[in-house]
Amino acid sequence: MMWAEILPFNLNIITNLNTNKMKILPFNSITNFKLKTMKTMKTMKRCSIFALLAIAMIGCSDDDAAPLPINEEEVITTVILTLTPESGEPVILTAIDPDAEGPLEIETTVSGSFSQNTQYEGAVRFLNETETPAEEITDEVIEEADEHQVFYTVGEGLNITTEYQDSDSNGNPLGVSITLETGEASSGSLTVTLRHEPVKPNDGLDSAGGETDVTTTFDVSIE
Amino acid sequence: MRLFALLFLLSSSVHSFAQECDNTLNGTLLDIHDGSVLTGATIVVAQTGVAVQTDLDGNFTITYLCNSTYDLQVSHPSCATKIFTVALQADVQKTFKLEHHLESLNEIIVNGSKAQRKTKTLFENTLNQQTISSFSSGSLGDVLNSISGVSSLNTGNTVVKPMINGMHSSRVVLVNNGVQMQDQQWGAEHAPSIDINTAGSIKVIKGAGALQYGGNAIGGVIITSAPKVAILDSLYGKTIVSGSSNGRGGAVTSSLTKSYENGWYTSLQGTAKRFGDFNAPDYILSNTGVFERNIAARIGFNRIDYAVEAYYSFFRNEIGILRASHIGGAEDQVQAISSPIPSIIKDFTYAIGAPRQDVVHHLARIKGFKDIEGIGRVSLQYDYQQNNRLEFDIRRGDNKDKASLDLALKTQTLNVDVTSDVSDKLEYTTGVSAGYQTNYANPQTGVRRLIPDYTKYSIGGFVTGNYTFNTQWLLEAGVRIDHTFMDVYKFYRRSFWEERGYDSPFSDLVIQQAGNQVLTNPKLNFTNPAFTLGVKHTFYTYTLFANYSIASRAPNASELFSEGLHHSASRIEIGDLQFGSETAHKVSLTLQQSAEKFDFTIMPYSNTIDNYILIEPTGIRQTIRGNFQVWEYRQTKAQIFGIDVDASLSLFDNVSFTHQFSLIKGYDLSQKKALISMPSASTKNSLIYTNLKHHNLKISLESCYVFAQNEFPDTNFEVVLPDSIQTVDISTPPPGYHLLNFNASVSINESLHLGLYLNNMFNTSYRNYLNRLRFYADDVGRNITLQLKYNY
Repeated sequence: MMWAEILPFNLNIITNLNTNKMKILPFNSITNFKLKTMKTMKTMKRCSIFALLAIAMIGCSDDDAAPLPINEEEVITTVILTLTPESGEPVILTAIDPDAEGPLEIETTVSGSFSQNTQYEGAVRFLNETETPAEEITDEVIEEADEHQVFYTVGEGLNITTEYQDSDSNGNPLGVSITLETGEASSGSLTVTLRHEPVKPNDGLDSAGGETDVTTTFDVSIE
Repeated sequence: MRLFALLFLLSSSVHSFAQECDNTLNGTLLDIHDGSVLTGATIVVAQTGVAVQTDLDGNFTITYLCNSTYDLQVSHPSCATKIFTVALQADVQKTFKLEHHLESLNEIIVNGSKAQRKTKTLFENTLNQQTISSFSSGSLGDVLNSISGVSSLNTGNTVVKPMINGMHSSRVVLVNNGVQMQDQQWGAEHAPSIDINTAGSIKVIKGAGALQYGGNAIGGVIITSAPKVAILDSLYGKTIVSGSSNGRGGAVTSSLTKSYENGWYTSLQGTAKRFGDFNAPDYILSNTGVFERNIAARIGFNRIDYAVEAYYSFFRNEIGILRASHIGGAEDQVQAISSPIPSIIKDFTYAIGAPRQDVVHHLARIKGFKDIEGIGRVSLQYDYQQNNRLEFDIRRGDNKDKASLDLALKTQTLNVDVTSDVSDKLEYTTGVSAGYQTNYANPQTGVRRLIPDYTKYSIGGFVTGNYTFNTQWLLEAGVRIDHTFMDVYKFYRRSFWEERGYDSPFSDLVIQQAGNQVLTNPKLNFTNPAFTLGVKHTFYTYTLFANYSIASRAPNASELFSEGLHHSASRIEIGDLQFGSETAHKVSLTLQQSAEKFDFTIMPYSNTIDNYILIEPTGIRQTIRGNFQVWEYRQTKAQIFGIDVDASLSLFDNVSFTHQFSLIKGYDLSQKKALISMPSASTKNSLIYTNLKHHNLKISLESCYVFAQNEFPDTNFEVVLPDSIQTVDISTPPPGYHLLNFNASVSINESLHLGLYLNNMFNTSYRNYLNRLRFYADDVGRNITLQLKYNY
């Protein structure tokens, strides 16, 4: 009987299988008492064997190896927006969030101010610098252009307009490369937002939906 | 013990005086399942041919028996005939037990064990197989919602987590076929891994009194039990097929049981459930499909005084999470909340895309018991569970089809307990249990571990007993103690480790530096005592249950170790390594009346919880992905009280009216404010027409009203957007709502039953405060389910 091998503590039950009578044991107390005690002890023994088996199973299933560290694969830690005029120094806007959702503050730097009434070629890069060498997330964004869009939001008072210079396979804007045109001297905020799986086409951030992968605001000025 | 003493007395004192053929056998015949007396049974003494019958109390007397061994043939119309052998040397008083036939195959004989009730002084709500099978295409949470005081914490309409008197997750112990489920229940969006079609009955105990199942049931205990198999030669089964309009899907569940008169039995059960996207009244809830597959098998044999059973079940559930709920930071939240419709609505599909969950649960169990004279019923159970949870987020590039969360939780438990009747009045159960659990987070995900790798050892012991003073009074008491040791390997972000100030007090926990992370090895010990004391008093047609219990729960891995972005909640969650256990003091009273025309149950309760662990917003964190609200776990003193009312009134012969009402209030005593996510008051009223003569026709009209939650903590926050400053209202509960449901069922013949269930008849748009996706979409609209049940 296969079960007997699997269930060591129930050997006696298995062997009793073919009798279907319920036995009422004889009312002879003294011999009965001994019998019962022995039986009880036997059962207890079987129980304890079973318990030991189980504990043995527990005991040998752990190898206690320390786990491997996980480096976040698709976290974006760094945004670099480089704006190059036809002549002169480029303006580089950088935002670095070294520990993603961790408590460290984002460091934003703006390399200089924009010139008035100038057109700039803009290119944005997204990096994961928790890995060495840093992972270029921009490549993935371009590869999956139809699932991404970068938005540029200009704050009140700042005389800047932007225009998309690239598009996805459906002809909808992507926003990795742009042109940026400045007006008269002013200052304000410029926000870069990367949305994953937005509704495309859309009329801007408010109707785009999707999930924000990056949103970072720079204080800039035109002098 | 009692019997043993009796035997001893009888045989030692009467032995020498016994005269030949002058012995009297006084017997009582009982049903082995519920101990009810069997009247009109015939007992024939094989050796003499003398026949007697049992009287109305199940008693019989046979006189003039010799000092000899007799075979008694006991037969009863609804039981299998049985031969008992009795050796006589004196007058004897003896109880005989017969196995009742299954009167009809779809009837369940509840629980063959001695302790039919799990507690004596806490009211237990039981759902029978008929109710369960009417929910065959639903989830455990759905069926439990039909009990007053039981609500659910939902993530959409497919992740339904049962909530007992406002408590959920780790505070509710779920016992599936005798096994305490370990299925990563810490997560609010983790539904129980149970196929309700495996259950023959479901019990809900709204308190911690059932100490044999653990002392950590601060909210309560849910117990599902497999249908009982009778000891007779039979082959039977059933198949339920149901189809629903909403989600354009359905479920098929089938079971087959073979039993033998010698006690052997085996059964096989399987369920497949598939739904596509569900519908809210005005739009499709994109990516809310479900695909569930389960199979369960058991084999065992059952004798009067011993039994053994092996059980295995496999559960797999793929669940789509509303696509529009997967958002980034506070900016996206503002937009999602202010938009009247979800931001993503696609055409109906059965395909389940990201975000989705794919959960597999294996459960294997061996249990047995033996009644040992002088000791009692000794039960032994060993179980092994493996829960694999995969969660897929919306990812980029090569990671698209890779899970963001990949956890394997393996648990082994060994339980030994003894139930014994010390005397007619005193009964006790005592036992020990040992557990071993490992959690492994697969590093291949490329996403930091939400729950760290750990190994957990636990050991516990309990004693519960009850003393029956008389037919009116019963006293119950119990005590339990558990010890848990957790050996954890956790990577912290170094910046987080230092910001929390963990670096100086816990510097010895750090075992490795890994880039911008530190690997720590916390070793945590928790000792959790639990206690219960209660009385049950019966008077006139009333029963009063009063119970006081102390339950204590060690913090779970999520409360201790969270430190990152929780995608489905769009917030950063932070746990605390230094948490201690929480301890609940619950007092509950139940007044129950069972009368012919009018039944009611009133259950007021109060639950005071020290070191209650809750999570609440503490600030905003700026990340490159935008602003996220930071929610931190903290411990406080909480006070919860409420009342559950059930009533049923039979109006005419065939018409009855049932009423349910639940009210619950929860407060954070140290900060003097309302607790978050407490169920609002709700009431259900039904008018039911039943005509047993007319094909078991049953028609009911049910009205459910859920009030708006008027007490809630203000967790709103402000966020600076590129062009404005906005308040993100994540705390105001949605308004109350009213739903009408219509149910009808009829038996075509003995074995074929039809059911029609119409939920949300008027296609009402509503949102529920306890649905975590209420910010993003309405709840499901009208649903028509047609169900066909075939018994064979």
